Amino acid sequence: MTLNVSNLRIARGGIPVLDGISFALKPGQALILRGPNGIGKTTLLRSIAGLQPPLAGTVTGGEDQIAYAAHSDGLKPALTVAENLSFWASVFGTRSIEAALEAYNLTALRNRPAGALSAGQKRRLGLSRMLVTGRAIWVMDEPTVSLDQASVALFATAVRHHLAAQGSALIATHIDLGLDAAVWMSAPIRPNRWGWVILTGRSCESALGAGSGPGSAGGWGFWPGTGVFPDCHRGGAVFCWA
Amino acid sequence: MVVPFSVGPESDLLARISPGVLWLGALLSCLLSLDRLLALDWEDGSLDLLATAPLPLEAVVSIKALAHWITTGLPLVLAAPLLGVLLNLPPEGYIWVVISLLLGTPALSVIGTFGAALTVGLKRGGLLLSLLVMPLYVPTLIFGAEAARRGALGMGVETPLLMLAGISAAVIALMPFASAAVLRINLR
Repeated sequence: MTLNVSNLRIARGGIPVLDGISFALKPGQALILRGPNGIGKTTLLRSIAGLQPPLAGTVTGGEDQIAYAAHSDGLKPALTVAENLSFWASVFGTRSIEAALEAYNLTALRNRPAGALSAGQKRRLGLSRMLVTGRAIWVMDEPTVSLDQASVALFATAVRHHLAAQGSALIATHIDLGLDAAVWMSAPIRPNRWGWVILTGRSCESALGAGSGPGSAGGWGFWPGTGVFPDCHRGGAVFCWA
Repeated sequence: MVVPFSVGPESDLLARISPGVLWLGALLSCLLSLDRLLALDWEDGSLDLLATAPLPLEAVVSIKALAHWITTGLPLVLAAPLLGVLLNLPPEGYIWVVISLLLGTPALSVIGTFGAALTVGLKRGGLLLSLLVMPLYVPTLIFGAEAARRGALGMGVETPLLMLAGISAAVIALMPFASAAVLRINLR
């Protein structure tokens, strides 16, 4: 199911921080969202997840399709790894947790209380929750915080599998996710008053062609997933900030 | 139950005040634990995740209230006869104290969950929570304690018990919607 976001205008603490956000996220696509602190990444994700109603604009196609992962993992320290995961599995309908434990290398830790896990292990458990939701659109806020390189690779693999199974993902992250071939849009852009520029209708291929290497735009952007998400070759929106 | 130590071991006085004291105890034990009811889930982020889950928030707060009642209200209902012995409750009053607590404590948990939802984002919201919830508890306390008192004196208990059951039924039916609504606002 395609997630359509059109002309979204969102306020945080009474101040409009985002305006005119439009994009379409099709099955098999990933959008990576990057930007300086306080620009509104989390606000945008929370609004798309339905936690914060927008001032204007619509989000369609995401009804009962979105799985949201916030900054915090929502783990209960007294419950074991398997119990934490089973809880979410039953909230979202009964699905096996074994594949999710396997995907994030948590099988050996399944009987350990979540409170006794390291920060990185907690995060892996938090991320494995996305697999038991069985939902098509992953909306993830800083999923790689406190993960080591091997775990980031596990995460990238999980996202790749998700995209290959016609899922889609909207991910805000500061780190590179191993995106060696990351493309920065350096199109001539005129930021609106909130610092956002929305270019729509560009395909991945044209983004690849127009991009000129990390950092060259001096800003940040959404990309249609490239490099680490090679399964995504179809059109998407490109957001740039200058 | 330290009341006998503070008011003295006069059995007449204790017998007179014991139904009210038991009800006050129920109310205070309920208030003590409300603070963490939703605040923990808020802090560890699971409230956000529950709000985006397929479960409606109304169901989440109802189950929260049920869990709260099972851990605070129900033990008190079961322990009430024992506490009645300590407080020199008249023998004919035991059954009515238990019944009034059984009918009334669910209302305390459901109203308390509403208070917890109102104050969920606040640091040190516990005091504000008590201030907000206490007035809402007054009708339950009045009819609950009155039913227990009348029962202990061997008088008719139908009217206060029916009022108590009515209050409980109404808040169980309506409060989850209010709790879920304020929770949605607090999660923004």
